[in-house]
Amino acid sequence: MLSVVDLVVEYGHATALDGVSLDIQPGEMVALVGPNGAGKSTLVNTLSGVLRPSAGSVRLDGRIAQVPEGRQLFPDLSVADNLRLGAWGSRRGRLASGRSRRDPSRVYDVLPELSSISAQLAGTLSGGQQQMVAVGRALMADPDLLAVDELSLGLAPIVVATLARHLQQLNAEHGTAVLLIEQNARLAFDLCERGYVLENGRITAQGPCAELAESPQVARAYLGGLVPGEEQA
Amino acid sequence: MGSFVSYLVSGLAFGCSFALLGSGFVAIHRVTRVVNFAQGTFAVVAGLAAGSLLGDGLPHGLAEVVAILVAGVVGLAIGVVAVGKRGTPTLASLVITLGLGILAYAVEIMIWGDQPSSYPMVRGSVHVAGATVQKQYFVVIGAAIVVFLALGLFFAKTYLGKALSACASNPYAARLVGIDPVRMGILAFALGGLLGGLAGVLVTPLQPVSFDSDVALATNGFAAAIFGGLNKPSAALVGGLVLGVVEAMVAGYVNASYQTEVALALMLAVMIWQARKRTSLTEEVA
Repeated sequence: MLSVVDLVVEYGHATALDGVSLDIQPGEMVALVGPNGAGKSTLVNTLSGVLRPSAGSVRLDGRIAQVPEGRQLFPDLSVADNLRLGAWGSRRGRLASGRSRRDPSRVYDVLPELSSISAQLAGTLSGGQQQMVAVGRALMADPDLLAVDELSLGLAPIVVATLARHLQQLNAEHGTAVLLIEQNARLAFDLCERGYVLENGRITAQGPCAELAESPQVARAYLGGLVPGEEQA
Repeated sequence: MGSFVSYLVSGLAFGCSFALLGSGFVAIHRVTRVVNFAQGTFAVVAGLAAGSLLGDGLPHGLAEVVAILVAGVVGLAIGVVAVGKRGTPTLASLVITLGLGILAYAVEIMIWGDQPSSYPMVRGSVHVAGATVQKQYFVVIGAAIVVFLALGLFFAKTYLGKALSACASNPYAARLVGIDPVRMGILAFALGGLLGGLAGVLVTPLQPVSFDSDVALATNGFAAAIFGGLNKPSAALVGGLVLGVVEAMVAGYVNASYQTEVALALMLAVMIWQARKRTSLTEEVA
């Protein structure tokens, strides 16, 4: 459903992405890991149309919605209004269920925690709640592919576990494909089937997450040096 | 007592027109971060256009509405030039509005000449607490109340109003959900044009306007808007009312020629106070 071929993105004379290729099939959960400054956020901003590539192609069958790094909510608006605005790009009308596309209660089925805080201003929420609103806002666009940029950043492990469970549920029950962009490679590899490693704007490794996790190069760089074989020895 | 009431009502009426102009500044600045130096132009265009249309035989009501719409179109056009190109620096947009405001002088002189013009809207006066007050003052106050209520409802209840607020709150996030900040910026300019135009058609029956009245009008509107840091329409209303009443009292009890100085002094005082508040906050954080 997503096919990226030889993508190049430049900021002036600096090359942020240099010939990146990747693909995602419908309903897949794919990890993209890499260090700070590798070009992960540039990639996701290019996929969602915020940035324009200098070269290469992005082919997307379906809709993509982004959960951006740092949540990026509208702090002066309520949770419900943040969610409603997620449907801005969708055409008006009603769904088969009879609910309006702009009805925020649509996402309460997937993220029930949001129901009780719908009237609160987004700027007053905790980091975990804000991340949940950011996920909910992206879901309002009815995406076929959800690109989640740094889900775990600055959040307690228990909060991350709850959010991860919601993503898995969304993927399993609604068939929404997920691209999980993470510095926390362990989390990404646990959740996804396949993954890519992005370093200095280039894909340096790819394959099933289980294999990536066992690669000494990846393990040393992203999993605290714990290579399964070496761990036992 | 009679004089005081008279000054108070006229001050509130002029304050309402300042507030309308100020809310135009706010509508544009919130979304685009641009201080629109052509804001006074909208009031002048609408005031002069309404006078022409009435002179051509259009009935009251229709002439004023058409004149306000003309100001809205002028706002839209200025918005297209000032913020219509993605990535235009805020400072460049500000200078563009200044240039277009000066260009408007030439266009206004070509169409309406260089003499001040006015027209009657609601004739007659009423007696309030021993004072004789023109009915027009109450028209201005009533219209401002209705418009500010409508503005509040627009931003709080409508999808478009929330999208404009979203652009003001986080332009990057607005782009992510598909809201185009450039389009919203142009729309904000059109809204600023309508608000400025309304102020123009309401104030022209009270004081004649000419092509260069925009500076005095914009100074007062900006002074009103600065009360809320150029970001809160409700603060612009309070600012406008305070300014209008203070100016009316100064004109009534001291000297009418000090009115603009009052606006400038008040604006400076508020800006210094806001700068001090920011500095002390920064020191606290540090």
